Amino acid sequence: MAHQAASPLDVDRIRKDFPILERRLAGDRPLTYLDSANTSQKPRPVLEALTEHYERHNANVARAVHQLGEESTAAYEGARDKIAAFIGSPSRDEVVFAKNASEALNLVANTLASGLAEDPRYRLGPGDEIVITEMEHHSNIVPWQLVAQRTGATLRWFGITEDGRLDLTALEELVNPRTKIVSLTYQSNLLGTVNPIQTVVEQARKVGALVLVDAAQAVPHMPVDVSTLGADLLAFTGHKMCGPTGIGVLWGRSEVLAALPPFLGGGEMIETVAMEGSTFAPVPHKFEAGTPPIAQAIGLGAAVDYLTGIGMDTIHQHEQVITAYALDRLRHVEGVTIVGPDSTVERGGTISFTVDGVHPHDVGQLLDEQGVAVRVGHHCARPICVRFGIPATTRASFYLYTTTAEIDAMVDGIEQVKRFFG
Amino acid sequence: MSESLYQEIILDHYKNPHGRGLREPFDAESHHVNPTCGDEITVRVSLDGEKVADVSYDGQGCSISQASASVLHELLTGESLDEAFATEAAFTQLMQGKGQVEPDEDVLGDGIAFAGVARYPARVKCALLSWMAFKDAAARALSGEEK
Repeated sequence: MAHQAASPLDVDRIRKDFPILERRLAGDRPLTYLDSANTSQKPRPVLEALTEHYERHNANVARAVHQLGEESTAAYEGARDKIAAFIGSPSRDEVVFAKNASEALNLVANTLASGLAEDPRYRLGPGDEIVITEMEHHSNIVPWQLVAQRTGATLRWFGITEDGRLDLTALEELVNPRTKIVSLTYQSNLLGTVNPIQTVVEQARKVGALVLVDAAQAVPHMPVDVSTLGADLLAFTGHKMCGPTGIGVLWGRSEVLAALPPFLGGGEMIETVAMEGSTFAPVPHKFEAGTPPIAQAIGLGAAVDYLTGIGMDTIHQHEQVITAYALDRLRHVEGVTIVGPDSTVERGGTISFTVDGVHPHDVGQLLDEQGVAVRVGHHCARPICVRFGIPATTRASFYLYTTTAEIDAMVDGIEQVKRFFG
Repeated sequence: MSESLYQEIILDHYKNPHGRGLREPFDAESHHVNPTCGDEITVRVSLDGEKVADVSYDGQGCSISQASASVLHELLTGESLDEAFATEAAFTQLMQGKGQVEPDEDVLGDGIAFAGVARYPARVKCALLSWMAFKDAAARALSGEEK
């Protein structure tokens, strides 16, 4: 197929790295996995790294003097090095491990709200403004709603244009000298829209506001370089980028991480503990209370090696080819309406759509009967559904292992859905 | 395709819902939402003494949730409150039975078509949405809490 030929990836070879893609479902149907924005599948090197850690090196980190403890610590900290290099972090100490992207976002919101920072720039209070967007995942909405309630700060929102882009017409009014932080998604998990982070950063710089980027849907799919992005903080999760669940990352500029007070208290995050008070470890350990997800961090390190070996540029190009193909095929299905940008310009491989007269739940159920796994619902981004006046969408999302044949299978499936409910 | 889930009776109720639309007068109403998919339904109960004079509803959602509301209207309207609660209990038991409960057509009528839904855990909530709203609204109507 002409479209497939344009991909720089040998997808058949890539697919052999993912054992689950050979899975047969009930009725001996092959699996068509189009739900990678929800969670990605895992390649063999990641699975092997997890097994090897538990079989040969398992020990707690940073406190054991025995050989296994040293090996485990070296592997855990080695994963930090790999992730720092992967996102272009100027320093390994700017990479904080968290449970997932949600925890990373909550870390920032809660430390700003705690009022414990010495520098008033990092304290939220009445009169301060927090700016988010209508296209955020609930994990970048709810923490700020809670924090606004707690501190008396005001929560403000960027809107969405009719074609699914961030509406920047009010940029200078929204991001103003009262703004303490702007927190926005790099790539929408529902619309697929890739946002102009640098434009927002420029305005935030002018008014002295922090910028936090939710990159959960970006880091897995395109080259991201924090040294040129301009943001102060960036959150993402491991399981959407071929890594295990239970491991996320908060990257932050050294100066910012140093200024934020601790989030969770516990072992490993302290310098010294006395009954009258404690002092804290330097970043990143200040934010890593308790035994961290050790194997998961090591698994994420292996995932980063895997992705780097293929090349993020190549992966991105492949997804662009697949996305263009999917947009083209869906556009020609009568009754299907794409919710979000209609071209691959500044958009990623996540496509939401509706099917006239058929509820997404029913679309998803009938696609599942044909082995096609998609996500249906509001995708933890309900304000977008409200914005477009729809209860929910069906969402297909792609990754390095997605083929045009899988897109064809989905489109055939949609035709069947229409016949069934017709 | 989906023979066990999408019974013809369910599709019929979905395409031609019975008693849809919110009506006056009513004694109490309840609005329920399925947070995982955003489906929602409003159910109004109108009592005539001990009798369910009308159950009216409106909402948006998948075929299962909407057809279930239609069946609910058909079954419960005209029943005594005791009968209605018994029917509601039977339907709930069927849906939570993981496909192991044999439905009684005399009690559940078209509701037996939902037996297959009980084997799809992700869809049980869809089928139960309007029934939970009914139970809630009926309880409020009884306590005279709302008018």
